[in-house]
Amino acid sequence: MNKEFIITVFSENKVGLLSQITTVFTHRNVNIESLTVSESAIEGVHKYTIMVCNEEDKVANLVKQIEKKVDVLKAFCYTPSEVVMQQIALYKVKRGRNVEELVRRHNVRILDIHDDYIVLEKTGHKEEIDELYQMLSPYGLYQFVCSGLVAIIKSRTELMNEYMQHVEERRRKAMK
Amino acid sequence: MAFSETSNNSATTFPKDLPRISGAEAVIRSLLAEGVETLFGYPGGAIISVYDALYDYRDRLNHILVRHEQCAVHAAQGYARATGRTGVCMVTSGPGATNTVTGLADAMLDSTPIVLITGQVSSSILGTDAFQEINFIEITNSVSKWNCQVKRAEDIPEAIARAFYIASSGRPGPVVVDITKDAQTGLLDFEYNPMKFIRSYMPENDIDDTSIIEAARLINLARKPMALIGQGVILGGAEKELLDFINKSGIPATSTLMGLSALPSDHPQYVGMMGMHGNYAPNIKNRDCDLLIAIGMRFDERATGKPENFGINAKIIHMEIDPAEVNKLIYADVAVMGDVKKTLPLLTEKIAKKEHTAWIDEFRTCANIERENVIEPAIERRGENLRMGEVVDAVSQQFDDAIIVTDVGQQQMFASRYFNFKRSRSIITSGGLGTMGYGLPAAIGAKIGMPEREVCLFVGDGGLQMTSQELGTMYQSEVGVKIVLMNNGYLGMVRQWQELFYDRRYSFTELVNPDFELLAKANHLQYRYVDKHEDLDDAVKEMRNAKGAFLLEVRVQKEENVFPMVPAGQPLENIRLE
Ligand SMILES: Cc1ncc(C[n+]2csc(CCOP(=O)(O)OP(=O)(O)O)c2C)c(N)n1
Ligand SMILES: [Mg+2]
Repeated sequence: MNKEFIITVFSENKVGLLSQITTVFTHRNVNIESLTVSESAIEGVHKYTIMVCNEEDKVANLVKQIEKKVDVLKAFCYTPSEVVMQQIALYKVKRGRNVEELVRRHNVRILDIHDDYIVLEKTGHKEEIDELYQMLSPYGLYQFVCSGLVAIIKSRTELMNEYMQHVEERRRKAMK
Repeated sequence: MAFSETSNNSATTFPKDLPRISGAEAVIRSLLAEGVETLFGYPGGAIISVYDALYDYRDRLNHILVRHEQCAVHAAQGYARATGRTGVCMVTSGPGATNTVTGLADAMLDSTPIVLITGQVSSSILGTDAFQEINFIEITNSVSKWNCQVKRAEDIPEAIARAFYIASSGRPGPVVVDITKDAQTGLLDFEYNPMKFIRSYMPENDIDDTSIIEAARLINLARKPMALIGQGVILGGAEKELLDFINKSGIPATSTLMGLSALPSDHPQYVGMMGMHGNYAPNIKNRDCDLLIAIGMRFDERATGKPENFGINAKIIHMEIDPAEVNKLIYADVAVMGDVKKTLPLLTEKIAKKEHTAWIDEFRTCANIERENVIEPAIERRGENLRMGEVVDAVSQQFDDAIIVTDVGQQQMFASRYFNFKRSRSIITSGGLGTMGYGLPAAIGAKIGMPEREVCLFVGDGGLQMTSQELGTMYQSEVGVKIVLMNNGYLGMVRQWQELFYDRRYSFTELVNPDFELLAKANHLQYRYVDKHEDLDDAVKEMRNAKGAFLLEVRVQKEENVFPMVPAGQPLENIRLE
């Protein structure tokens, strides 16, 4: 049965690694629903947040294949309930009374106002973003963009920090 | 700095006050620092500086000039698999680089340690579609264990140190170092530190004692266990550790194609090869086993048949160095992670000494059925034509300590089935990719790596023509490979499938061949033709006694099939004897 999983990957900052990681998915015919890449909290380490919808076993194997890449430090896999996740969406809509009404009710930020349109920002889950999209559509939605997802794990300690300590021990052993 | 965390403990090999050297020379000195003696390659514009530097080191580095870059990799593979050392090759950018891709893919699937150095256009014109520019990093992402592009001379030593460490540690594989022209011509202070640690790379896990205890418990309880030997045993140099385990446990052992020769063929508990063209006993008995102990193997579908039926009544212990292989195809009840050289002795220590006499007798009964129905008919010197089984048998009798190299096809399966292996690293064959044309260059590499051992190549008429230009390499570099050409006038293995599964519609599998004697002569090879049973032994003897390279063309029966056979995608127990 297909379920949603959030995979976080920590890697060295190496040119071409993004394509190596996405290849793991395409090779196994798994679609990436969302992908965000940025620096992580650890200096020099990049972080990928990837959302997929697939069978649990298949995803577990994917994670191991990703981790096998020499320049990948570590990959973790979570279910949606183990993380807090958000996406950000921007909507360019025709101005009008109904739209302003919606803005007030839906906790939406106004980023820019012009004579004939306004730009709105909504941060939240995919469903909330879609819901607002549906509501705005009838009033003239000129443009819409949505970001990939970012996620933070709920457990108090960052697993990656623990892992980096382990790496440090290994280094000391190897260098002896 | 492209690479960061290592250079703090300096083991300077060359004094600092020496003049700065070029990146090209640094490539050569790095190879020497890694203990490289031989490399296989082909020059061109983007690597010419390194070849120029090599000119001054000809007395210390043996460069073999191949005739096609694919074969530089295959030769390095043969070298690596014969010697256990990392194979090294070097080619130019663009077409030189793309020609190596098949070799890399083969090395990737068969876990062969290879370092490939490729030239690249200058960094200032990268990405402009310059002459012979190709994005080789992108191309090799899925056929290399690791790759990197070096754009500055001072980064060369560290990149090469990384390459050797990654290629040979953990589960070995091919590694690419792509060096731009300006990095080759730039200057640096040379210092070489072998790599010992890369923070993002964990070649081996820490051994988990509980997995060993659990595995030992299952082994001690098992009534019908079978050990499956993979190439991991050979790659880990764990032949002795395997033997101790097999002897103490009393367990019957089978081998994958890639694991052949890790255990001598005449070991009393050895029950033959598993998989599509393996032996009858280990395949048919797979269903009866209550425990399968996979030792350094990855459950390739050619070895397991239909995965759902594999070991259907058995628990599975998977001893493996690569975490990504565990539960990939076959679910493991116990995964013993780590190098089998380390894990096997821990396991042997914990198991009870046993004999599984009655159980092994069951294998013997099956082996007798196969002997009577398949093996004896295949090797007996009877019938109108020579056949591949008897040829391999005849060669095996006279080349008893040889390294056998095979190409791909029927002759490969006959060689694997009918050759008696006495010691490890005695067969070199393309298992995972099944690359026709692999045999000749791999044999050249094997012979160069192990000049004191006889190297005997079995190759088909199709496969020889895929890389026959390497006969020129053999002549120029005086490589004394003994070649047994199994000439059946067909792409035999494909023809066999057409016969069995496509209603004998032989669509484009018949070959009209060149005169192989002339081909041999053109390349200054000794040559003999044989097509009669009574001449076979004498012909093999002549080849055996000949000094230097020899081509023995054997005219074999046109339509012969390899049996037993498990039809593709079917359970092992569906093995057919005819
Ligand atoms: C490069 C490549 N192309 C095609 C194949 C498919 N293939 C597998 S075996 C085979 C026939 C090999 O014929 P030959 O070399 O004459 O050996 P034989 O089977 O007759 O012993 C072919 C075409 C392959 N394995 N590799
Ligand atoms: Mg043939």
